[in-house]
Amino acid sequence: MSLNSEFSTMTLAQASEGLRNGTFSSVELVRAMHAAIDEKDSVIGAYLAFDAEGALAAAEAADTRRAAGEYPLLLGIPIALKDMFNIKGQPCTCASKILEGYIAPYDATVITRLKAAGAIPAGRLNMDEFAMGTTTEHSAFQVTRNPVDPTRVPGGSSGGSAAAVAGGLALASLGTDTGGSIRQPASFCGCVGVKPSYGRVSRFGVVGSVSSMDQVGPITKTVEDAAILLQAIAGLDAYDQTTVNQPVPDYVAALRDASLKGLRIGVPKECFLDQTDPEVVTKVRAAIDACADAGAEVREISLPHTAYASAVYSVCAAGEASASLARFDGVRYGRRRGAAEDGLQALYNRTRAEGFGAEVKRRIILGTFVLSSGNYDRYYHRAQQARTLIRRDFEAAFAHCDVLMSPTTPTPAYLLNSKNDDALQASFDDAFTVAANLAGICGLSIPCGRTKAHLPVGLQVLAPAFGEVALLRAAEACRRELGV
Amino acid sequence: MKYLVTIGLETHVQLSTKSKMFCGCATSFAAEPNTNVCPICLGYPGALPAMNREAIKLTVLSGLMLGCDIQAWSKFDRKNYFYADAAKNYQITQADQPLCLGGGVDIPVPGGTNRIRIHHIHLEEDVGKSTHHPRCSGIDFNRSSTALMEIVSEPVMSSADEAIAYLRALRQILVYTGVSNCNLEEGNMRSDVNISIRPEGTETLGTKVEIKNMNSFSHIHAAALYEIARQERVLKQGGTLVQETRRWDPDLCETASMRTKEDAQDYRYFPEPDLLPIVLAPEQIDAWRLLLPELPEDKRVRFVGQYALPEYDAKVLCAQLPVANFFEEAVKLGAPAKAASNWIMTDVLRLLGQSEQDIIDVPLTAEAFASLLKLVETKAINMPVAKGLLDELFETGGDPAAWVKERGLAQVSDTGAIEQFAREVIAAHPKVVEDFKGGKQPALQFLVGQVMKLSRGKANPQMAGEMIKQMIDDR
Amino acid sequence: MSDIKSNVHIDVARVCELAHIDLSAEEQVEFQSQLEVILKAVSKLDELDLTGIEPTLYGHPIESVFREDVNTPSLDLEQVLANAPARIGNEFKLPKIVE
Repeated sequence: MSLNSEFSTMTLAQASEGLRNGTFSSVELVRAMHAAIDEKDSVIGAYLAFDAEGALAAAEAADTRRAAGEYPLLLGIPIALKDMFNIKGQPCTCASKILEGYIAPYDATVITRLKAAGAIPAGRLNMDEFAMGTTTEHSAFQVTRNPVDPTRVPGGSSGGSAAAVAGGLALASLGTDTGGSIRQPASFCGCVGVKPSYGRVSRFGVVGSVSSMDQVGPITKTVEDAAILLQAIAGLDAYDQTTVNQPVPDYVAALRDASLKGLRIGVPKECFLDQTDPEVVTKVRAAIDACADAGAEVREISLPHTAYASAVYSVCAAGEASASLARFDGVRYGRRRGAAEDGLQALYNRTRAEGFGAEVKRRIILGTFVLSSGNYDRYYHRAQQARTLIRRDFEAAFAHCDVLMSPTTPTPAYLLNSKNDDALQASFDDAFTVAANLAGICGLSIPCGRTKAHLPVGLQVLAPAFGEVALLRAAEACRRELGV
Repeated sequence: MKYLVTIGLETHVQLSTKSKMFCGCATSFAAEPNTNVCPICLGYPGALPAMNREAIKLTVLSGLMLGCDIQAWSKFDRKNYFYADAAKNYQITQADQPLCLGGGVDIPVPGGTNRIRIHHIHLEEDVGKSTHHPRCSGIDFNRSSTALMEIVSEPVMSSADEAIAYLRALRQILVYTGVSNCNLEEGNMRSDVNISIRPEGTETLGTKVEIKNMNSFSHIHAAALYEIARQERVLKQGGTLVQETRRWDPDLCETASMRTKEDAQDYRYFPEPDLLPIVLAPEQIDAWRLLLPELPEDKRVRFVGQYALPEYDAKVLCAQLPVANFFEEAVKLGAPAKAASNWIMTDVLRLLGQSEQDIIDVPLTAEAFASLLKLVETKAINMPVAKGLLDELFETGGDPAAWVKERGLAQVSDTGAIEQFAREVIAAHPKVVEDFKGGKQPALQFLVGQVMKLSRGKANPQMAGEMIKQMIDDR
Repeated sequence: MSDIKSNVHIDVARVCELAHIDLSAEEQVEFQSQLEVILKAVSKLDELDLTGIEPTLYGHPIESVFREDVNTPSLDLEQVLANAPARIGNEFKLPKIVE
């Protein structure tokens, strides 16, 4: 039974070592996971589904392989997944009613790679519907609570992933980040979340909405765990022509001698203005100061277009999403609504009206509007131009900085149901995270302390595109310095 | 009031690729419904397109054959609209930066050729197919995401005949280059026909009517004629034309208005973010250029030099590449070049035009044609016999040398025999002989004709003429 | 430079037609005001001078990625039809499409 209690704080690396040493089996590990979910998920609500039988069967197979002498790092490790990955034979809901009944006939590439590494996809996690939101409150099915304080939101859209990891209900998970959807919930829940560079990880089989910004990434307890997962899923994929043909470095090995000495850290002043909670400022500045004390060269920089990033994101993301979500129409899969005698248009209109939640509908309407004739030049084209300015801000910053450090979010987690009337809340939450998606660079959030109310504060680290080694090393060295 | 006609064609050509434009499904025709589909061409959640290099190559080859400018940079866009046969409710196409710009097709017209200019060529994916059942519709996505090359002409055709000549020429070039089967029954080549009319003397084009999705060339011709007449009728009666899409009904032989959609379509084009731009280096285009069969212009120049043909001949022969091939084959097999050119330009093209066939479809082979011309050159047969044989070869094919032997068609050039015929004819027509002596040339032709009759068409007409003249003079 | 509009009107009903979503009357009103709040925030971009700035169209500046023309396995018919909300024979069944 001690495995059950150890499970909640166990890291992926520790689980791997335990399996290799024979301290426990994969079957026992999955059972411990199941027990944790049974015990705590009724409060947290991270899981939409957990197929214990399937996971145990895979665990048995992994144990057999281990007995035969195979020891890959991820063999027999259960990984929980935000419910937007196609896993063959399983439902994939994206926390939406419109995909009721859909059974995936294929595996997403990241799932194929996890399986090839011996990992076990275990459990589907709650999220904001179609990844649109920053609180997971826009799920069509259930509420997920922040495990640190169940009266508060876990963040979003990968709220279930962060809550499961932080709440001890999963060793590690995969989420997606379009405007901050990995980093922001990691920040709110007090765990690690990594958004790889655009093109680093395949999006094939991931139900995306914003093709030019979506990335799959790990949400874990430690930077090391994130490196292990990223290693397994990164790399060129013929099925996703936006993936980049660059070799995948050994991220885990790169962490070993991570050091802050001589690391040039840029601190964007725009992230420390009035909108940022003073306690967040305090904790983040303290973390950066600790890095300076350990030998890093810290300098203040400017990302002059930070204030425009949310507006650019709103327009570009909504535009792309409005087209990407057009396929959900009740014709080929999902639940169809509307009476046949009312014709095809009614079928579309009713299926989508009843199948989509309010936030999704709002974004589709916004996106359709900014692309429409007469509005394209004024909104979409201009936003794409402004996006270029944001990329240039980072290029200029990285000309004399190795990494940038800032708060991940302006505030810590807030109360559930407290921002329902604020149409701009999501933009506010994502104020410091969206720019990285617009520019295609990599970034992550690590915990850097707690507020007086014991709420997690997240430190965001950003690095240039395909600079994951520098990113992970800086984060690991900082973490060691902070002792978190 | 005379009206000028303007026709523009948008022709969709299914490219001969093994796999679809954006996925690896097979492109075979007539498979069972929904058996050549995958998450990508079904628009499943999470699926991403992956562009097919071969489709790009074939489009570039087509552009090179048609004299287009191949664009160094082009991209795909999303064309957003909801429809039953659209798997994603957007079509991936090229909106404003296509692969090829400009170019044109030469069509044969009386007296030479006319160049029909092309506006651009772009690549896109095809949609699925809907079947109408008694109380519902059924969708088959086998065709969804097949590579489709769209060739958009300038609106410069001025008659239904020109439109068909353009399509014929286009089809020949595409088949010849190997980019598509252009099988009309299978729907490999479908055209949207845009027609407008305007009063003679005005410049502004009239209201454009579109007839969508037509395969058969004869249907296109009939539909165009009908629509032109309909538009004239409307205007002459003082009505106005509506810019609309119409459908050709082959049974009723008329175009009918399609139920107009609620509002004008707003396609909300934007660049496709799942696919990167297509950048073609000059080296790549040059490498593909080597795969081309000889371009029409180069062939014309070569014909003039190699076969000592006048430019006019070369132009006519090369207007249809299969005809040019036929010519060269025949010459290789021994036909005299100028004679072959003459025969093709006059008789062969005439026969093809009358039967509305292409040279690749008729039984006449280059071999038979060469054999025929050699028989004429060696004076083994006379012209009238030769022309008759050509007609027959055109219908059924065959071996002319064998026929000459079997049927005793050899030209009679034996002076003795001709002398005999001439003597008989002169004796039988004293009045005509007098007419000839009086200076009437047609009288001679009459007498030669009589010799031909007596000889059952086999006499050498030139010799007969000479003989008759000599005999009359000797009198 | 485009003029700065502080109040932007969006014809939600028309946009819903294009997006093929039926909104109730209440939703239309609610969304109308929410979207106008968002568009007002978006109009902050009007402040920027974007003359001569190239738009960013893609997530990463790579180009010319192609796939070879080879066949890969298609889905089994039964898999396809299992997800179909309605079928007729082996086709996806839809209300009769009138053209």
